[in-house]
Amino acid sequence: CLNETGLKIQKIIFEKQWFYLDNAIGHVYGTTFEVTSGGNLQPKQEVEETSTEAKEAGTDNRNIVDDGKSQKLTHDDIKALKDKGIKGQEIVQQLIENSTTFRDKTEFAQDKYIKKKKKKYEAVITIVKPSTRILSTMYYAREPGKINHLRYDTLAQMLTLGNVHAGTKMIVMETCAGLVLGAVMERMGGYGSIVQMYPGGGPVRAATSCFGFPREFFDNLHEFPLSRVQSLLGGTFSAEPEEMPLLEEESNGLSEEKQQETEEEPAEISPAEEQDTMDISAEELNCLFCCSKVRDKQIKQWERRKKLKEAAALLGEKNADGLIVASKFHPTPLLLSLLEFVAPSRPFVVYCQYKEPLLDCYTKLRERGGVINLKLSESWLRNYQVLPDRSHPKLSMSGGGGYLLSGITVLLEQGRAGCGTSEPPKLEEPSSKRCKLQDLPC
Amino acid sequence: MSFVEYGDTIKDGDTAIVFLGHESMFPVKVQHGTVTQTKYGVIRHSTDLIGKKYGSKVTCSKGGWVFILHPTPELWTMNLPHRTQILYSTDISIITMMLELKPGSIVCESGTGSGSLSHALIRTVAPTGHLYTVEFHQKRAEKAREEFREHGVEHLVTVTNQDVCKSGFGVSNIADAVFLDIPSPWEAIGHAKSALKAEGGRICSFSPCIEQVQRTCLAMEEYGFTEINTLEILLRVYNVRTISLQIPDLGKAAEDNSSTGFDSSNPSHQGSPCANLQQGTVQFKSGVPLREVVGHTGYLTFATKNLV
Repeated sequence: CLNETGLKIQKIIFEKQWFYLDNAIGHVYGTTFEVTSGGNLQPKQEVEETSTEAKEAGTDNRNIVDDGKSQKLTHDDIKALKDKGIKGQEIVQQLIENSTTFRDKTEFAQDKYIKKKKKKYEAVITIVKPSTRILSTMYYAREPGKINHLRYDTLAQMLTLGNVHAGTKMIVMETCAGLVLGAVMERMGGYGSIVQMYPGGGPVRAATSCFGFPREFFDNLHEFPLSRVQSLLGGTFSAEPEEMPLLEEESNGLSEEKQQETEEEPAEISPAEEQDTMDISAEELNCLFCCSKVRDKQIKQWERRKKLKEAAALLGEKNADGLIVASKFHPTPLLLSLLEFVAPSRPFVVYCQYKEPLLDCYTKLRERGGVINLKLSESWLRNYQVLPDRSHPKLSMSGGGGYLLSGITVLLEQGRAGCGTSEPPKLEEPSSKRCKLQDLPC
Repeated sequence: MSFVEYGDTIKDGDTAIVFLGHESMFPVKVQHGTVTQTKYGVIRHSTDLIGKKYGSKVTCSKGGWVFILHPTPELWTMNLPHRTQILYSTDISIITMMLELKPGSIVCESGTGSGSLSHALIRTVAPTGHLYTVEFHQKRAEKAREEFREHGVEHLVTVTNQDVCKSGFGVSNIADAVFLDIPSPWEAIGHAKSALKAEGGRICSFSPCIEQVQRTCLAMEEYGFTEINTLEILLRVYNVRTISLQIPDLGKAAEDNSSTGFDSSNPSHQGSPCANLQQGTVQFKSGVPLREVVGHTGYLTFATKNLV
């Protein structure tokens, strides 16, 4: 059931339509509304069968000529109808009556025609509860660029390959607007802990806030800057502020860009989001605008340092139960360093929009050792039209949903536990012997 | 160890995975005093396994070594004893996401089969959710119960031995999601609907044949399900290989020494294509598709039950 929390009353603009959500409050999720003039939502009455009388239909399309003259209503006529506030359903009816060819179309073609026109003229919306399914399909359809073209079924593979479940300690490194983080949080249900690795000035969680998670889910969500991973691995990490200004300067460009991205998103996604996004960037804003309140600032800084220390401590235990990477960056350096924080016998999975960086990553991981069962894969997804005697694959399908490299960590051999990228690659010593024996990579 | 909770060290009674090489592994029940034969020799549980860390390399009696892995539902799917056709992780992934499963979800499943999907479902709904799984084959139902007990997840699952088409799931108005993998799913849609919560939920039916899908979709429509959507998902695996291709000798134009079109002045670094003009070959990394892959598993039909 929808409640008021988070539903700030504001105008929603979505695909040439605008409406207010006021009337939706109190209705159950899944309710379909009609958008009336004035942008109010009205729960849609159950669909009445438009015509129960025997339909007139042709048997084939031999008499249909595409001359552009079959519709008697002009563009202006339709606009006039719309301006008069006539309901979409009636407009569709008028279109049918004024189509000279409708009667000659086959029954199937008529259904198709009505469906198409309904979609165009009937202002109907359904409010659904957010979930990984809804958000990942929506992002892939509407904003694939914001999620590095990560297709929803690829995300589904990641969650399974990564054995993401309640009670684990996961490391997530993503630049998918927080969608992957949200998906991981949903699967963990508030049990366990997550460290989000972020580039630039702060973690991006625009999509994460669309999930409508309870506040407690964020208690065990930590974040750690990518730019300090090497110092943490090298043992020179300190949460003290001396380095902070330097760090911020270093990543300024990126952070601004990210910030923009965070703020752009809400209007298109949900009204609840703007508020949450503001919460996230509140630290930043506080620093900018509330300089006068030095005490406040000091407290904020102290809190931030405390959180940073906590995240560093979580990583420093080097016992994470999994690593999930889905970013716009080259995966090799990320994997070589972040795998250091993962316990042995735990899965990891890395997404990349392109195959080639994963080929490189695969090779470098084999050289590093400490990983087995490396698998490079892609999933292929096809939707179907299922109708009696007319079932077939949909005419269009996604050409690609990105690539995954997955594997399992094992204990690194003594003396080889180098620190990531800086160590020159060494070949696994027994590999030549083993390969002869099995002819299988391990 | 349990299938829903990681442990660090191998303990007596655990189910562990012995990893011999790529895609070559098997499960083993860890027991004091027991030995396991591998092609690299014997593994003695008391000395080689118990107390060791998961992910350790274990040297077998003939000198070869294996890795011992913590079980996961995915490793189990790759290694479980087949009593039926099973669902693999690719289908399981999309099923889990499209059914919107998470900790706390109540799921109904039929049939249990070999328990491949069951383990993955239990993992996802733990620690507060529950799986009600219905299997009409008595021996299979018993075996599944035994496995769930051995894997430390019996508190999260109820196995019922009955025919779902006749008797349903044995529960009503409590499920968030229902999964059907039976020969005639259309006969169980009514039972599925009554198992789902009054406020609604999701359903999925897996069928290898399109004729089954057709009838199932009609039944779903009849029972008022919405958002009916059928899809198919396949995995394409790539082998990472270094390939070298010969450069054809096209002769030389006068005073032109770079006629091959490959830049030999750029010193090659690892991972990128490199030309070796002396030998007349060019090397590159490629992801090579397997010669034969799984081309079809089944159609997945998803739908939503709304509050009426």
